[in-house]
Amino acid sequence: MTAVRHLYVHVPFCAHRCGYCDFVTVVGRQGAHEHYVDALLAELELERAMLAPRLETVFLGGGTPTFTEAGALRRLLDALPPAAELTVEANPETVTPELARLLRESGVTRVSLGAQSFRSHLLRVLERRAQPDDVRRAYYHLRDANFDNISLDLLHGIPGQSASDLELDIEEALALAPEHISYYELEAKPGTRFTHAHGAELGRQAEALEGYFETVIERLTAAGYRWYETANFCVSPALAGGRDLRAQHNLAYWLGRDYLGLGIGAVSTLGWERRRNTPRLNGYIAALRRGEPPVRELEALDPGVRALERVMLGLRLDHGLPFATAAGSIDQAALGRLERLGLAARRAGTNGHEALLLTQRGRRLGGAVTAELLA
Amino acid sequence: MDQDRIRNFSIIAHIDHGKSTLADRILEVTNTVTGREMREQVLDSMDLERERGITIKAQAVRVDWKGHELNLIDTPGHVDFTYEVSRALQACEGAVLVVDAAQGVEAQTVANAYLAIENDLELLPLANKIDLPQANPDAAAAELAELVGDAPDRVLRVSAKTGEGVEAVLDAIVERIPPPTGDPDAPPRALVFDSAYDQYRGVVAFVRVVDGQFRAREEVRAMAQGTRFETEEVGFFSPTMRAAESLGAGEVGYVVTGLKDVAKLRVGDTLTSQARAAAEPLPGYKDVKPMVFAGLFPTDSDEYPQLRDALERLKLNDASLSYDPETSNALGFGFRCGFLGLLHMEIVRERLEREFDLDLLVTAPSVAYQVETPSGERIEVHNPAEMPAERERVEEPYVRASIVVPKDGVGQVMELCNERRGRFDHMEYPSPERVLLVYELPLGEIVFDFYDQLKSRTRGYASFDYDFAGFREGELVRLDVLVGGESVDALSLVLHRDEAYGRGRALVDRLREEIPRQMFDVPVQAAIGSRVIARETIKAKRKDVLAKCYGGDITRKRKLLERQKAGKRRMKQVGAVEVPQEAFLAVLNLDGGKR
Repeated sequence: MTAVRHLYVHVPFCAHRCGYCDFVTVVGRQGAHEHYVDALLAELELERAMLAPRLETVFLGGGTPTFTEAGALRRLLDALPPAAELTVEANPETVTPELARLLRESGVTRVSLGAQSFRSHLLRVLERRAQPDDVRRAYYHLRDANFDNISLDLLHGIPGQSASDLELDIEEALALAPEHISYYELEAKPGTRFTHAHGAELGRQAEALEGYFETVIERLTAAGYRWYETANFCVSPALAGGRDLRAQHNLAYWLGRDYLGLGIGAVSTLGWERRRNTPRLNGYIAALRRGEPPVRELEALDPGVRALERVMLGLRLDHGLPFATAAGSIDQAALGRLERLGLAARRAGTNGHEALLLTQRGRRLGGAVTAELLA
Repeated sequence: MDQDRIRNFSIIAHIDHGKSTLADRILEVTNTVTGREMREQVLDSMDLERERGITIKAQAVRVDWKGHELNLIDTPGHVDFTYEVSRALQACEGAVLVVDAAQGVEAQTVANAYLAIENDLELLPLANKIDLPQANPDAAAAELAELVGDAPDRVLRVSAKTGEGVEAVLDAIVERIPPPTGDPDAPPRALVFDSAYDQYRGVVAFVRVVDGQFRAREEVRAMAQGTRFETEEVGFFSPTMRAAESLGAGEVGYVVTGLKDVAKLRVGDTLTSQARAAAEPLPGYKDVKPMVFAGLFPTDSDEYPQLRDALERLKLNDASLSYDPETSNALGFGFRCGFLGLLHMEIVRERLEREFDLDLLVTAPSVAYQVETPSGERIEVHNPAEMPAERERVEEPYVRASIVVPKDGVGQVMELCNERRGRFDHMEYPSPERVLLVYELPLGEIVFDFYDQLKSRTRGYASFDYDFAGFREGELVRLDVLVGGESVDALSLVLHRDEAYGRGRALVDRLREEIPRQMFDVPVQAAIGSRVIARETIKAKRKDVLAKCYGGDITRKRKLLERQKAGKRRMKQVGAVEVPQEAFLAVLNLDGGKR
């Protein structure tokens, strides 16, 4: 197996849990931060042999990695293998000038700031702790620490979000001129506390919300952002001195690369195997303390499944994927139909190979189009 | 048995007026079944036959009463089987006309009475349920006397439940119903008035011998159809099957034919001996043709073979059911089935769903149209989708409907009949409180929720019966429904030009609600030929994206995609448009008004 070049590290601690969140998080347990970092580093040692000496990307996700006690966080960052891109997720209220400096000094190259919205009534609905000013302040602290690759995380489709709320959020985000914007649609999962509280409102708004995704795409592309993935935008290379500002770590997922995940709930894809670590903090720490790998759920991936995933993820990208790579997984008749409907296309790719990609409208309907194509 | 000592009779009644209870009581009073054997409604029970490995139901039971042989002939219970009822009545010389003394004369009472009178039967009017506190035997007797043209004091008064008056009924049968008058020495002739299929013995024919006699091991022939077979056994029910040496003139019984297909021996045909054949068959045979048609499709297309097998098995016992393979662009493979009427259709559908555990999509029922093409050819069309665009004239079946309704409901019924293109024939007053309305109505209007409307507009008080009255020309059009420009054959309808706009609009509105938004705009149209009369557009979806994949959790995303794909597979495909089964169900319900 070739060496793995992408590493994900899950840091689950949060000050509190936001209503819409369904990630593996741990609230409280401040005393456990050091132990958890010990365990992460122990797991890293167990798996180090598979990693390339120098990685392409490392991503610290959460949880709220920047909520982690500073000493523990620094120790973790210092111990991670070197990487061309090292991203850390941060919540605005945790970003102080000191933290920004700490990140910068520890080799972090990119920060993904969880703004979600600049409207205080919407932040309240989302149960976020930050106020709009906190978001702006955090952003400037990062700039002051010389970060030149900042991503803003935003949500659309928030209960109570009017069309003008959306416009204002987009305006605020553009005013900050971040290198990258992730703009996800809020998912209200059935059965969650959030859906219980806001589901009816979302139902009433459904028709209006439907146009928000389009608005986001229109505004951001008009402002010079490249809509390079379904929900991700970056400053176009032409406006960034030729820099490729795409999130290289996430790009690795979308290109079907192998990656190692460390920490509770973390997922790895390694050749013909996908594994998921236990989401239980105590069990995870205890196992690694014994020098054993944590409990893992294993899933065998056959070549067909990996090929299908490659198509499913590749079609999220503006460049699509090589047609030859996709050909074995797709229904040719469906492709014909989708081409006639102006939803999918085959074009000459940059490297001379034919690419299969979705048109702009096709990408907005990516779920349905992909389901049809992979029938 | 000397014909003078034979009496053949039926009991006829409106539903729930007590026909079966009276039959039970007659079996009991005549000791045909002992008290220990007696059960509720023996004639309707299959248990006795089952014990002997025979699965068919007695259609005629022989009882002895004071030295006479009385044959009680059962008639099918509902309106679709008018022809079968009339054949059963033809096997009799008289009929007991039962009316619930608390209800009075109803539509089926009237229809049955007319049928009996047409067959020259001696009618014995009988007011039943006189034990009920709300019974009004005098009023019922007056209505009955009026209906059959007899004196009110000749109306028998009975409680089949308690047994009161039942012996007097048997005496009246002997006294008032004439004996058979066939010729015992003539070449044998017997009327087939019903048949049933037994898996071990094949087709069992129920017959009324008119002339001569029939024995086992004899070559016989059905005169209308030409079917030949050797009788394996002859006999009668009392109440279980009893083999006899012969069945003589005037007698009623069964013939075991050994035939493997009920369609080979149709109700109304005449049996005669091959060796000594009669010159003429008994009068009145007609080949009964299905009048109501519908497409039956399995909800799950994999169940097509099961549906075919189930129809084959039902057909063994139901010669009037017809089915032909049909392919629909939207619903896949199924069958276009022909039924005698709506109730017959409901029975078949219910049996398919209950006994064979099938989940069915049933198209809106339509009727048989007689079409004359521009080239002068006459064709019969059973499927609206097959109605030719070019046609000289179209004729549709009409029925003569008898509706009995309390007099304050007359307005509503007339309104309904007028809406349904009915032609008023006449009105009668069987009692001061109730009115009999006779209308001629297109059968195509009856199959479109007429009965439900009649019941709801009269708060359930109207009763209804009908008889086929022939084909008439109509100003009919074919209404097609187009989804995404593609005609949905299963939703095509033939209807009167004046109704096309309203129905087209309703169909289009309903489909727009039921079909989920697609990746493109979908026009939904109702059209007559190339002329669109109603249109709606299902706007394209503006977004449909799978959730983010956070921390590389690709499996979850793949599962969401697989679920989306599985959802697509449950859809029916109309051109490029995916239509959920529920959409068809909703539209077909809107249309059939049933279920």
